[in-house]
Amino acid sequence: MGEIIKVGMADLNVAKDEDVLTTLGLGSCVGVTIHDPIAKVAGMAHVMLPSSKTIRNNTNLAKFADTAILLLLEKVLKLGARRTRLVSKLAGGAQMFSFSSKNDIMKIGERNAIATKEILNELKIPISAEDTGGNFGRTIELHASTGIMLVKTIGRGTKQI
Amino acid sequence: MGISIEEMNNMQLDVLKEVGNIGAGNAATALAKMLNRKIDMNVPKVEILEFREVAELLGGAEIPVCGIYFNVVGDLTGNIMFLLTLESSKLLANMLLLREENSEILDEIEQSALQEIGNILSGAYISSLTTLTGLNMKISIPSLTTDMAGAILSVPIIQYGQVGDKVLLIETEFHEGNDEIKGYFFLIPDVDSFEILLKSLGVLE
Repeated sequence: MGEIIKVGMADLNVAKDEDVLTTLGLGSCVGVTIHDPIAKVAGMAHVMLPSSKTIRNNTNLAKFADTAILLLLEKVLKLGARRTRLVSKLAGGAQMFSFSSKNDIMKIGERNAIATKEILNELKIPISAEDTGGNFGRTIELHASTGIMLVKTIGRGTKQI
Repeated sequence: MGISIEEMNNMQLDVLKEVGNIGAGNAATALAKMLNRKIDMNVPKVEILEFREVAELLGGAEIPVCGIYFNVVGDLTGNIMFLLTLESSKLLANMLLLREENSEILDEIEQSALQEIGNILSGAYISSLTTLTGLNMKISIPSLTTDMAGAILSVPIIQYGQVGDKVLLIETEFHEGNDEIKGYFFLIPDVDSFEILLKSLGVLE
């Protein structure tokens, strides 16, 4: 049995073999993972905001979709993953509260998910599964050996993607 | 661009803490009136926390909590969130509805009772803020949800995340007899509104 490695908010980490990456209580944030099934190497980032470019204080690279995914890619490659074998999964990006206002921040979950997908496309990392949107929180687990992702919720059960 | 929490000096932070104290105090008084009971309140704690510490506040990111969220509009814009553990929200709802109901979920009547409590508390909070600053502010109708603490807290955290890596929050505990209700207020001014708030309080040039 491997280790369980926790990834905090605006944080990222990598794992290998029997290890499991997890991030708890994703709301509007997006949990993005990349996995190499042959090398059994995986990485997970808990992204809070779509882009580092529109924010003045952007020193924490793990906070933004653009910089977090680049850093995550670098880290899995360092751990032995091969670029051409990488596949990605993502979950989260919910809208926890609903208002009829056009306030941009309320749509942040959706914007996070869109930005994440755009960056993965640019990097030519295929997205094999996703569970995004809705109005509920998610806890995710990614198994480095299999690439299986478990998505747990309160009251909506657990699903495997 | 706005001023971030990291850039604020001690005097500015002290003033914000005092604003929190007064706001939460008014909210407690309003709650006592509404429930027609004596409500004790601890001196609110005002804390500046890292993102990861915020999610641990209520006992972990996966603990079910109830969040009541408001838009603030006017001279100052932003949001207010009132957060309760699911246990505390049940207690509060039972007090208001004069019943004993102990299921694990909040039914429709409880939700609407809690929205009303949130409304009154946040209204009292905002009205004291209006008096202090001379700024006009109004709150929207409430939006309530129960879910994992981390997921609900991600909403104010993301808003703070736009200007920095820390969150400012006001923790308030209410007591009624032996019952302890733990509530947290988050006042979340929009990026540009921190400046407006500090200026109106006379602590920013």
